[in-house]
Amino acid sequence: MSAPLLQVERLTKRFGGLVANEDVSFSLGAGEILGLIGPNGAGKTTVFNSLAGFFPPTSGEIRLDGRPVAGLPPERIAALGVARTFQIVRVFRSMTVLENVMVGAMLRHKAVRIARRLAEAALAFTGLDRRSHEAAGRLTVAEQKRLEVTRALATEPRLLLLDEVMAGLTQAEVQEAVEMVTRIRARGTACVVVEHVMEGIMPIADRMVVLERGRVIADGPPRAIASDPVVIAAYLGEEYRAPGP
Amino acid sequence: MSRRTGLAVGLASLLGAALFPLLVTRPTWQNTAILMLMTAQLGVAWNILGGYAGQVSLGHAAFFGTGAYVSTLLSMRLGVSPWAGMLAGGAVAAALSAVIGWPCFRLKGHYFAMATIAVGEIVQALVNGWEALGGAVGFSLPFTESGLWGFVWGRSKLPYHYIALGLLLLTLSVNWLVTRSHVGYYLRAIKDEPDAARSLGVSLGRYKQIAMMLSSALAAMGGTLYAQKELFIDPGSTLSTSLSIKMALVAILGGVGTLTGPIVGAVVLTAIEEASRIGFGGTGRGTDLIVYGLLIVVIAVYQPSGIMGWVARRWPAPGPAPTGPPAAGLAPEAKPS
Repeated sequence: MSAPLLQVERLTKRFGGLVANEDVSFSLGAGEILGLIGPNGAGKTTVFNSLAGFFPPTSGEIRLDGRPVAGLPPERIAALGVARTFQIVRVFRSMTVLENVMVGAMLRHKAVRIARRLAEAALAFTGLDRRSHEAAGRLTVAEQKRLEVTRALATEPRLLLLDEVMAGLTQAEVQEAVEMVTRIRARGTACVVVEHVMEGIMPIADRMVVLERGRVIADGPPRAIASDPVVIAAYLGEEYRAPGP
Repeated sequence: MSRRTGLAVGLASLLGAALFPLLVTRPTWQNTAILMLMTAQLGVAWNILGGYAGQVSLGHAAFFGTGAYVSTLLSMRLGVSPWAGMLAGGAVAAALSAVIGWPCFRLKGHYFAMATIAVGEIVQALVNGWEALGGAVGFSLPFTESGLWGFVWGRSKLPYHYIALGLLLLTLSVNWLVTRSHVGYYLRAIKDEPDAARSLGVSLGRYKQIAMMLSSALAAMGGTLYAQKELFIDPGSTLSTSLSIKMALVAILGGVGTLTGPIVGAVVLTAIEEASRIGFGGTGRGTDLIVYGLLIVVIAVYQPSGIMGWVARRWPAPGPAPTGPPAAGLAPEAKPS
């Protein structure tokens, strides 16, 4: 059996005395969508930063196609096909929307002309193409989040890490984001989605991993997660309980 | 300004710079024009690292001095033509910048700037105490071979004017090519959001280093030109921190991260300096520092994007593409996020 696309094994990250992640393990197949949920401070973003190379894990291993990548710097991880967005948006504010995406495309195609063409295609895919020549700093927050996704997609990733791309969006914008993630999966790109917006993540996730206080407390399909009493107690509350069978 | 207006202004400036010494024959004016060209060249060179990549160096005199000393020593000791010395100086400065960049690029923002001040001071102290490098006394360059091979002209300043103009055009071309390649995009990305750039596969160290090597090599070439024009170099004139500050200041005054901003800044700053020198005469030693200090405060408070930022707002470019806010100012940390 071939190795899964992403395998996280007993990942632990400590900051001094603070344990942000402890023995976190999960895996993800190619083209799957994994929802990563949990209360604030549960360590979701820390997992992300470890996966993307921003924090070297204290212990544990991260494998991409079976290859250990824990501790590699972000630029190497990106080259291996992992792209991310940021919880607090980090677009290149003084550059245009198109130029932002071109920087992503340049990971695989250094020639400016080719990068521009690919960036235009990526912008058309996420529906930001009519804003191409706007300065990125002038976009709305929803648009900036979408720009980050577009920029990440332009690196032609196999695995996309989406950090709360739906937070702070209106109902309509959440629906657009859901639709976008669905289309990203249709391209064959796997996603790990950190999200608080349950109506955004529940319908699209193949599997959910629930973190609490740095540990995995549940791992399974969304329906099972939504009716898991441990998860409901820790995070979801009664509102999202799935009706019993 | 539209692209066409910009091009027209650029061509007119080039024509003016080319014709100036033919039309204006007073030596002081001619000398001022050469100073402007040389200062502009240094500002444009500084801008590759400080403006586009946002890595503010306040130690660039170390590279300028490297160019001046390498070509001078090669010519005095080995009889090498200063033209070859200019290239050698550029290469040595680029190598030196790699040694300096490796530790300094681990520092961010203001800490990088502070480290470069230290590097500049160290190089200056080193040369001051190093007899083989002329120590604090410096070198008077021998006035032997006048003409093109020797890179020395006694009677007329004209050749220096055109060499300075040529070097400025070369530096602008390098700068332009950088902005047109993926390197230029990466540098701007690094300046705006270094972490986001990394997440897209940009190696911060590699691209900052490319910018620093180009920037320092070009500054060193300016140093060779200075040595050949003045025929005297010492640590005070080629390695001082005030020279480093001046390189940064012309770019900041004109507009960081713009192609032509440092030229505008150099013209304005040189004019102010020369005027104060004429006005105060020998008693005016140090007035240049007062002017620098004043300008830094004024720019920081009123016009962080420099003169070109003001121009861009006063005469915005027409066309379907709305321009963004003017090129972000000096410190990436200073802008609202």
